[in-house]
Amino acid sequence: MDLLHNLALGFGVALSFQNVLYAFFGAVLGTLIGVLPGLGPVATIAMLLPSIYALDATPALIMLAGIYYGAQYGGSTTAILINVPGESSSVVTAIDGYQMARQGRAGAALAAAGLGSFFAGCVGTVIIAAFAPPLTELAFKFGPAEYFSLMVLGLIGAVVLASGSLIKAISMILLGLLLGQVNTDVISGVPRYSFDIPELTDGIGFVGIAMGVFGFGEIIANLGMPSEHREVFTKEVKGLWPTKEDFLTAWPAVLRGTGIGSLLGVLPGGGALLASFAAYTLEKKSPGRAGEIPFGKGNIRGVAGPESANNAGAQTSFIPMLTLGIPPNAVMALMVGAMTIKGIQPGPQVMTSNPQLFWGLIASMWVGNLMLIILNLPLIGIWIKLLTVPYRFLFPAIVVFCGIGLYTLNNSSFDVYIGACFGIIGYAFYKLGCEPAPLLLGFILGPMMEENLRRALLLSRGDWSTFVTRPLSAGLLLAALVMVVIVALPSIKAKREQAFAEVD
Amino acid sequence: MKIKSQKDFWSGLMFVATGLGFAWGAQFYSFGTSARPGPAYFPFGLGILLALLGALVLFEALTIETEDGEPVGKWAFKPLITICLSIAVFGWLLPRLGMALSLPILIIICSLAGDEFHWRDVLINCVVLTIGSWAIFILGLKLVIPLWPTFIGTGG
Repeated sequence: MDLLHNLALGFGVALSFQNVLYAFFGAVLGTLIGVLPGLGPVATIAMLLPSIYALDATPALIMLAGIYYGAQYGGSTTAILINVPGESSSVVTAIDGYQMARQGRAGAALAAAGLGSFFAGCVGTVIIAAFAPPLTELAFKFGPAEYFSLMVLGLIGAVVLASGSLIKAISMILLGLLLGQVNTDVISGVPRYSFDIPELTDGIGFVGIAMGVFGFGEIIANLGMPSEHREVFTKEVKGLWPTKEDFLTAWPAVLRGTGIGSLLGVLPGGGALLASFAAYTLEKKSPGRAGEIPFGKGNIRGVAGPESANNAGAQTSFIPMLTLGIPPNAVMALMVGAMTIKGIQPGPQVMTSNPQLFWGLIASMWVGNLMLIILNLPLIGIWIKLLTVPYRFLFPAIVVFCGIGLYTLNNSSFDVYIGACFGIIGYAFYKLGCEPAPLLLGFILGPMMEENLRRALLLSRGDWSTFVTRPLSAGLLLAALVMVVIVALPSIKAKREQAFAEVD
Repeated sequence: MKIKSQKDFWSGLMFVATGLGFAWGAQFYSFGTSARPGPAYFPFGLGILLALLGALVLFEALTIETEDGEPVGKWAFKPLITICLSIAVFGWLLPRLGMALSLPILIIICSLAGDEFHWRDVLINCVVLTIGSWAIFILGLKLVIPLWPTFIGTGG
């Protein structure tokens, strides 16, 4: 069995002392930022990128992955206890989870979220291990035209499934692609849009953009809002173990959530956020047991389903990144950046050229999920205490770590200035209601997309029809077109807005 | 003409301006032909596309009714300027004054951005974060960051 052989190799790597340590570190950090509102995985991973210069590629990626799925666990804690989702993917968890906490059943809600996430994480890991090899095979058949079309599909997919205005989101992608054009042209060696600033001929650092927009921009937005009163249910977290009744009610929701989450995670732009929304809608439509508490009043299925789904989605969103080198969301875009820093070209060849890294990373996800359940359930008290840390202590710490991180990228002040500029730009995006995640995706994919477009045109002697005459490429573009048309249809548009409004 | 959505109006304007800016800037590089695309080929196309989409956003902002006109709202200038300024100052000071001095300066300035400013808390923050950063980045990760001012001469 290839799968077993590969997993054995992976566990051999993942269970080494050093890698277990980094998985643990990532999981702790992920939980921490998941718990702390106003600090997301994108800003944190961006902050930590400088530190991975000192690490090998495998432990570095294991740690970054741990932060990502750790944040999914941590985000549910705050959603349940204080009705403030630590992560956007926990928004729906807050609806029923917070009601459960108000009824003194916070323990059961936390346990349902934790156990559901663990189950989903295990299934997600197996799915990656099983589906990654065949997808890589397929990817090897891709030429430049197919890659270009795949990136178009990936970028379009990333925005049609998100909330908010579709045109604005596509515009943000284009803006990101354009920012990626500030560099030295790889084919002709001409510096572009550099305004004779030598630092800009290497391109704008994506860490500067990520930290500026997701770190500084968010701090400014948070400080601009009036401070609110928060009600924390800290004393009532008792009886962590759910009752037998809870188990019977929750397990079908966990299964459904895992299924829908795994499926949506693979889709470009899917990932954790969409998975949790879809799972909540599915739970509301599914028949429950007799005498169940209605949704919105503290139904345990409203916690177990979305939480399983967001964790499964977080796991399977690694598939397009690992097999095709195409990031389906902002966090994966940063992972691609991290691999590039470590000198690994993301794409289908990673599995064969770096099998230790590939399978080690996958196996570490299972190890990390096991750690998370231990970290989150018995140690919940420690995380709750963190919630009482006032923001005036928190935001200077974020600013400090970002500042040092920016400087150490190239040991130059220039990256720090770039970060500060993108802080202003990020706040402007926030004020204008422009979602910044598509911009980061476009920025990361921009240079790759241009290279593939130009290579495809060279091969076809300038004939644009190459994108629609090659069947694979045509299929991918058609899929992208269908997605846009479906979302733009008035009847679907209304439903989509309604679906997102319901949980707002 | 009445603006129906302030947010969309200004974002549309931003997209149009940036798109046109990039397309205009592309004229300084060789465009090439479709068979041999030059460095200006891709950014020019993208810029035009962005300007068109921006115009569409602008059009919607002027025609489609919204409930409240989607106002942009008040800009939080105090945190915006304080945070970005503190970071820029830090970037300038770090290679000159070293971490031991520039970090406390960064922390004090950026703390001014919040609603509450208590010297005791800010000083605690300074001590904890400066020592913590030294321990993590210089001691732990062995990154080359200057610790003391250059005129003291010990470097970092």
